[in-house]
Amino acid sequence: MMDVWDFVAVPLSYGFMQRALVASIFIGAVCSVLSCYLVLKGWALMGDAVSHAVLPGIVIAFVLGLPLAVGAFAAGLLCALMTGYLKDNSRVKEDTVMGIVFSGMFGFGLVLFTKVDTDQHLNHILFGNMLGITARDLVEIGIVAGGTLLAVLAKRRDLLLYCFDPQHARAIGLPLRFIHYALLVLLALTIVASLKAVGIILVVAMLVAPGAIAYLLTDRFERMLVIAAAVAIGSSAVGTIVSFHVDGATGPCIVLIQAFVFLLTFFFAPRRGVFALRRA
Amino acid sequence: MSELLVPFAYEYMLKAMFVSALVGGVCAFLSAYLMLKGWSLMGDALGHAVVPGVAAAYLMKVPYAAGAFFAGLLAAIGMAVVKQHTRLREDAIIGLVFTSFFAAGLLMASINPTAVNIQTIALGNILGISDEDVWQVVIISGVSLTILILKWRDLMVVFFNESHARTVGLNPWALKILFFTLLAACTVAALQTVGACLVIAMVVTPGATAYLLTDRFGRLLVLSVALGVTTGFVGAYISYFVDGATGGVIVTLQTLLFLAAFFLAPKHGRLAARRRAAAPSEPAL
Amino acid sequence: MSLVAAKGPRTSIAKADVAASLSVRDVTVAYSNGVVALRDASFDLGPGTICGLVGVNGSGKSTLFKAIMGFVDPRHGEVRIAGLPAAEALKRGYVAYVPQSEEVDWNFPVLVEDVVMMGRYGHMNFLRIPSAEDKRKVDEALERLGMSGYRHCQIGELSGGQKKRVFLARALAQEGRIILLDEPFTGVDVKTEVAIVDLLRQLRENGHLMLVSTHNLGSVPDFCDHVVLLNRVVLAAGPTARTFTQKNLERAFGGVLRHFRLEGGELHADEDRRRVTVLSDDERPVVFYGDERSDEEPLHRKNREDES
Repeated sequence: MMDVWDFVAVPLSYGFMQRALVASIFIGAVCSVLSCYLVLKGWALMGDAVSHAVLPGIVIAFVLGLPLAVGAFAAGLLCALMTGYLKDNSRVKEDTVMGIVFSGMFGFGLVLFTKVDTDQHLNHILFGNMLGITARDLVEIGIVAGGTLLAVLAKRRDLLLYCFDPQHARAIGLPLRFIHYALLVLLALTIVASLKAVGIILVVAMLVAPGAIAYLLTDRFERMLVIAAAVAIGSSAVGTIVSFHVDGATGPCIVLIQAFVFLLTFFFAPRRGVFALRRA
Repeated sequence: MSELLVPFAYEYMLKAMFVSALVGGVCAFLSAYLMLKGWSLMGDALGHAVVPGVAAAYLMKVPYAAGAFFAGLLAAIGMAVVKQHTRLREDAIIGLVFTSFFAAGLLMASINPTAVNIQTIALGNILGISDEDVWQVVIISGVSLTILILKWRDLMVVFFNESHARTVGLNPWALKILFFTLLAACTVAALQTVGACLVIAMVVTPGATAYLLTDRFGRLLVLSVALGVTTGFVGAYISYFVDGATGGVIVTLQTLLFLAAFFLAPKHGRLAARRRAAAPSEPAL
Repeated sequence: MSLVAAKGPRTSIAKADVAASLSVRDVTVAYSNGVVALRDASFDLGPGTICGLVGVNGSGKSTLFKAIMGFVDPRHGEVRIAGLPAAEALKRGYVAYVPQSEEVDWNFPVLVEDVVMMGRYGHMNFLRIPSAEDKRKVDEALERLGMSGYRHCQIGELSGGQKKRVFLARALAQEGRIILLDEPFTGVDVKTEVAIVDLLRQLRENGHLMLVSTHNLGSVPDFCDHVVLLNRVVLAAGPTARTFTQKNLERAFGGVLRHFRLEGGELHADEDRRRVTVLSDDERPVVFYGDERSDEEPLHRKNREDES
């Protein structure tokens, strides 16, 4: 019993660990809710694309003296808009266009980064720096993640209808284009909020895994949201604490805990798990 | 004038330009197929999934290509198994598997920061490539290129119409496995030049650019490979003047060429479309 | 791969000799989700046959095609083509396939002549370099379908009927003795339909065997000499005259078809009291004359013209 207590309490006696834990829980919550939509809509690559594309925005924002989050947000959105424009006006498939745009922006961002003297570490932008989160970062993350979370939850039924049956959504008079862009904006905001903690590359994991796990466990969307959030928050907390003990990077630990949970679900889910299907 | 020739005076620059051009060419060959099928995410996924293999290979001091290939294979099997047993969409499965693999690589690197340089793996470091790695890249690219040149027509038929491929005695399944094996191998090669994050550009962009320029698959291949070789070579050359980020320069070039083709292509470009719209009297094809 | 490489002119000669036949024996196909798409299907077809494969959507038409082409392994039963196991016959290039329009990516960067040339791949060497003969066969096939003028068009630029002709040309160039056509009349203009039917009749004269899936009921008695009616099981199979009857059709289509019955009095002012029954799936109706549910064959369009 004592061991378990120490396992949790020792890391939390450090201020940076407390901040990391709070930040990871915030991020886990907002990413998980969004992940339910991305998994159902088939937008995993969109999460990947927007997250990579923020790099040039960060560098340019630094040069212009703007808040980095603003630059990141603008670049992420630009990526989504460019993808839409290029796809609508050529015969190249959507996923290809997305790959071209985000890799192009990411590559350009790298070139910019080497040419600009910044106080930022490339490694921190790419892979996150959970343990370096300051109190001010925490407030920022809280505001962005909290706002996004509230917006998604308030509009969860409209968003669901948009993902499930856009034709019907249009028929009953929902503004389809607006919802489409709203979802993109929310996605970009979520990514911006998560950037400091888990980095560009692993955000995608946070934006896919919880939704995928929940999808295997339930057939009802509301429950899916709850399960995804629970899984993500749990994994974030456990992952952060484990990372302290193994002395490894925090972001990867969270993602690997999620992957482990997915594997458990994959095999043992009561109705859709491999073993359940085999027994059936 | 002579300043422009400086890169050619350094052996490491010559090596970088040669290897980038070679890798650019082979990846571009594959891109012609990949972009037609909506499998671009696969290219990205393989690029990321090989990372733990590379990290492990550096830790155990075995050839990096072996580790990378093993990890790629493992990821592919994982995706296939999950796909078979769940109702999850393909893109979610791919995203889930490749990020988990990448996270494993990151964790290994963060625990052993001296043995594994994660930034080199993620972003490539062609300017500092070792001779041993050059050989691995050359062998992989050479073998892949030979197979592709021998089998490009068969692959085209399979990608165009699998049922027909069967009726002319081809085995679509075997050919698809061959294709993805080649893709994994070339991803491993491309890791050295552009890194895990930008592999997707190498295996998508040149083909898509060529697709806007021609309606014949044979020509598309030639154009695509030409684009890949040129951007690889010129990108490495330019990176001498911007002090690094070779991968970034190559991919930026490829994207700019794609945008140029998007607007200026003679038949499928935006300007041509606008001209056609302005002159409706022109007889339709 | 080696099998393909070893194939030379030898098989081309054998191909001309071989009698086209298709034998489906007790074929049951179940998918991994447990759905049985086809149960105990059996029928036999010989050379010089055009066989219509008729059934509603989901009746197992595509599954049967897949089983014949070896894309799905039957749980039990066997498909034999020209007396050989299906896989072996496919390797020898006995079977040509004309896909449904939805199956094709019309933006694929290939020209009309490239597509037709794909029919020749089974005849080519390891590197698939076209010979003079291959080029001649492609020219002939394009000529026969009246598509020579379009050979340098990208396939997506053609009309629905032209697209279908290109794939028929590919089947011709392939010189398969057995031709599978998946819904060849869907989205096709009348001119092309007539051209396709004419071509199929010519091929029948040459001893080819054609299996045509269609839900275009009206044209079935026009050109099919055999019919297989499908609804998860083979409901009936045999010569059109005996098989394509009102009774069988109603069994195959259940309540799906539109059903009109016009009494004699509504049709004629004279004393002819015969009734007309029209079965339609909204594309082209099939018309039966007579009082009761007949087991007779339906009216041929030719006859209808004769009568008028």
